[in-house]
Amino acid sequence: MSKKLIGEIETQNLNICYGKHCIIKNVNIKIPARQLTAIIGPSGCGKTTLLKSFNRLLEIRDDVKISGKILVDGNNILRSGLNVSDIRKKMGLLSQKPYPLPMSIYENVAYGIRIHNHIDSKKLENAVNNCLQEAGIWNEIRDRLHDPASGLSLGQQQRLCLARAIAVQPEVLLCDEPTSALDPISAQQIEKLLLKLKKEYTVVLVTHTLRQAKRVADYVIFLYFGEVIEHGPADKVFNNPKHPRTKAYMQGEIS
Amino acid sequence: MLIKNGSFDKKWLMDKRKIRDLICTKLMLIITIIVSILFFLIFLILLSKSSLILGSESITDLLFSSNWNPSNGNFGYFPVIVGTIIVTGLSLIIAIPISLLSAIFIAEYAPRKIRKILRPFLDVLAGVPSVVFGLCAFLFLVPLVRDFIAPFFGIESTGLCLFTASITLAVMVFPIIISLCVEAFSSIPLELKEASLSVGATKWETVKKVIFRATAPSIISAILLGFGRAFGETIAVNMVVGGIPKVPSSLFAPTETLPSLIASKYGELMSIPKSESALMFGALVLFIVVLIFNLLGLILLRNAKKRWKL
Amino acid sequence: MNKRILEEKIFKILMYVSILIVLGSLFIIISLVVANGATSLSIEMITQTPTGGYYLGKSGGILNAIIGSLFLALPATGLAFIISLGIAIYLQRDFTNPSISSFIRLSLDILWGIPSIIYGVFCLSIMMFLGLGASLLAGIIALTLLEIPIITRSMDESIKMVPNGLKETAYSLGSTKFETAYKVVRKQAMPGILAGVLLGLGRGIGDAASILFTAGFTDNIPTSVFDSTAALPTMIFHLFSSPIPGVRQKAYAAALILLVIVLCISIISRFLLRKSSKFILK
Ligand SMILES: Nc1ncnc2c1ncn2[C@@H]1O[C@H](COP(=O)(O)OP(=O)(O)OP(=O)(O)O)[C@@H](O)[C@H]1O
Ligand SMILES: [Mg+2]
Repeated sequence: MSKKLIGEIETQNLNICYGKHCIIKNVNIKIPARQLTAIIGPSGCGKTTLLKSFNRLLEIRDDVKISGKILVDGNNILRSGLNVSDIRKKMGLLSQKPYPLPMSIYENVAYGIRIHNHIDSKKLENAVNNCLQEAGIWNEIRDRLHDPASGLSLGQQQRLCLARAIAVQPEVLLCDEPTSALDPISAQQIEKLLLKLKKEYTVVLVTHTLRQAKRVADYVIFLYFGEVIEHGPADKVFNNPKHPRTKAYMQGEIS
Repeated sequence: MLIKNGSFDKKWLMDKRKIRDLICTKLMLIITIIVSILFFLIFLILLSKSSLILGSESITDLLFSSNWNPSNGNFGYFPVIVGTIIVTGLSLIIAIPISLLSAIFIAEYAPRKIRKILRPFLDVLAGVPSVVFGLCAFLFLVPLVRDFIAPFFGIESTGLCLFTASITLAVMVFPIIISLCVEAFSSIPLELKEASLSVGATKWETVKKVIFRATAPSIISAILLGFGRAFGETIAVNMVVGGIPKVPSSLFAPTETLPSLIASKYGELMSIPKSESALMFGALVLFIVVLIFNLLGLILLRNAKKRWKL
Repeated sequence: MNKRILEEKIFKILMYVSILIVLGSLFIIISLVVANGATSLSIEMITQTPTGGYYLGKSGGILNAIIGSLFLALPATGLAFIISLGIAIYLQRDFTNPSISSFIRLSLDILWGIPSIIYGVFCLSIMMFLGLGASLLAGIIALTLLEIPIITRSMDESIKMVPNGLKETAYSLGSTKFETAYKVVRKQAMPGILAGVLLGLGRGIGDAASILFTAGFTDNIPTSVFDSTAALPTMIFHLFSSPIPGVRQKAYAAALILLVIVLCISIISRFLLRKSSKFILK
């Protein structure tokens, strides 16, 4: 497989139900590799659910049923018998609120690396520092690497979570409204980082703010009550929406 | 007039409410103070009651002499203290891993249905009175140890021994540690687990490195409560430990613990002042150890909390 | 890579083993008590008091112990409930500052850990000091002291869970501190409080060590608080200590009665919990 393809996600007839309640209905989309894809849609339409199905995180909840196919680089990750932790390693997650692990800043980033590789402490330190630099937080925390991560500000915590995610060298970054809990400046920092990171990773961004999607997205998926109403390159969807519902959403009539 | 009357009523009502508020608040304060000085009171009474024996015998003799012979006035607590420590320690060594693993299973691995079924079972186990534990240990464990386990190790035993007592205590401690830990584990936000899982950690790695860490303070206090239960357990131990104040020579030898000693000897010795005082000294030792362990636990908890700002 | 999965598998097996041990011990306990107790259980056991020579195998029952247990545990739980409720409400942030409440919580934790035999010895000392001996009253006091930390702890925990917003709402409607606490507690923390009380009751009715010396032992049903009284746990302990096998059998029957009572308490508490948690804000 050519290198260009790494990190492409495709869903085929994807259905997700909580108990009897079906949240995602027959979704067929293709998320292009190494681009920033925004998933937009009104609250409660299933954005988070869709996103978390991509790294099989839904399974840890009770009562979730998933059917259909999710192909990552052509392999169906829903197949049974796969090593789930390998799949999750490929898909970094950035959640709505930052959740630093109950460890020091350094250990937070080293956590994933230690799990997957056996490397000596010198190399580990380098790797951790690189990730912190890449996440744009190194300068702020270089003297307190070994303090508890929960002492950081929310914006810093979110960037730390980003560093933690890229430390295991994923192919895809799944971001679930990563800026909604942050102040405008921290939000901007995260946004910039995502724009930078999309050169190396496929970025899937769930967002509530249309303006953010317009600013950063290359590709847009509009989700409405669990169904994909429209998807396509950003300029097409934003400037020339085909579906009346999409139009209505763009004009703020449904939210 | 009407309006005035109404406002008077209202004012009177307000005052009544305020007074009631004041009375109740003060009453609660008084009760709280009394209860929180209760342990000073207990300490003082035990101390004054044991002053007689402390006056006539040196404290090192009492604590470190092995000569226990009340009829001759010899009260060496050493064997009983050793017995208490070994019985409690062994029971916790058995109970802690089993309880933690069970709690992890219930909170993280079991499907919701099974979790729902298991909960009431734990409550029932927690509610079984200690005298019933003792009875069952006597019926089931004692013959088992006497006829199978001890002979397996080539030791002759009546079954009334250190090992039986420890197992009994461990079973009594299970529900305490398990239910507190299950509560702690399930209070962890799902997102924290997701954070660990999404960097590719397995469930067990998440449990080991994240969940145990995040709940360390709760685990510590659960273990402390379990320790308290095991350390102070009287009746169940009394029924199966053998009741011989001797440093046990093997796992299957009879021994005696402090609470059990007090329970079986107090009735018979309370009429002789010196003996009663000696038993009160035993109670005092028990009390002080509980106190020390609680304070140690507190320090441990503080450190764990401070370390990761939980 | 394989090592990680293997480790998980091994620990999963250990978990299964652990939970089996825990459930197995419960199963053994219940089946032992039921199997041994049912054979020697009879109507006269729960309707008669011991006659002379009961402890030598003659006829009679243990009605005195059943009544005694109720006379001991019910008032003790009532007293402990009132006192604990006061403490638990007082512990909330609205009434005390955190350093005092954490001191009180520490002392409660220490009291929780104090062996029940010490409460027994302590109460008897006080009673003797007052010129009274072993009596129903002394037993009630010992059990109350034993139950206070248990009940308070679980009340405190459930009141702590009450969301702050709810209290603020009550305050902003003009309620006083106590009214707020009382109303909020009544509505929101009720299940936890009930559970705590029943936990205390279960503990009180089953504890032998604290009443071993304080309540004394007699064959009669107590008629005043200064009479001494038998109780189920102490009765079991005495019957068990008998060298006569037939009498020992009766200990198992008494244990069955005690276990049934404790089970009923546990079932009732579960039922009440479910019923009262319907109106809880999550
Ligand atoms: N564990 C669950 N059990 C049952 N239903 C759930 C569960 N989690 C989510 N839902 C339901 O699924 C639907 C979609 O939820 P989801 O979180 O995916 O929406 P969302 O688009 O991310 O919303 P938001 O924009 O508010 O984050 C909601 O209606 C929600 O009520
Ligand atoms: Mg969402």
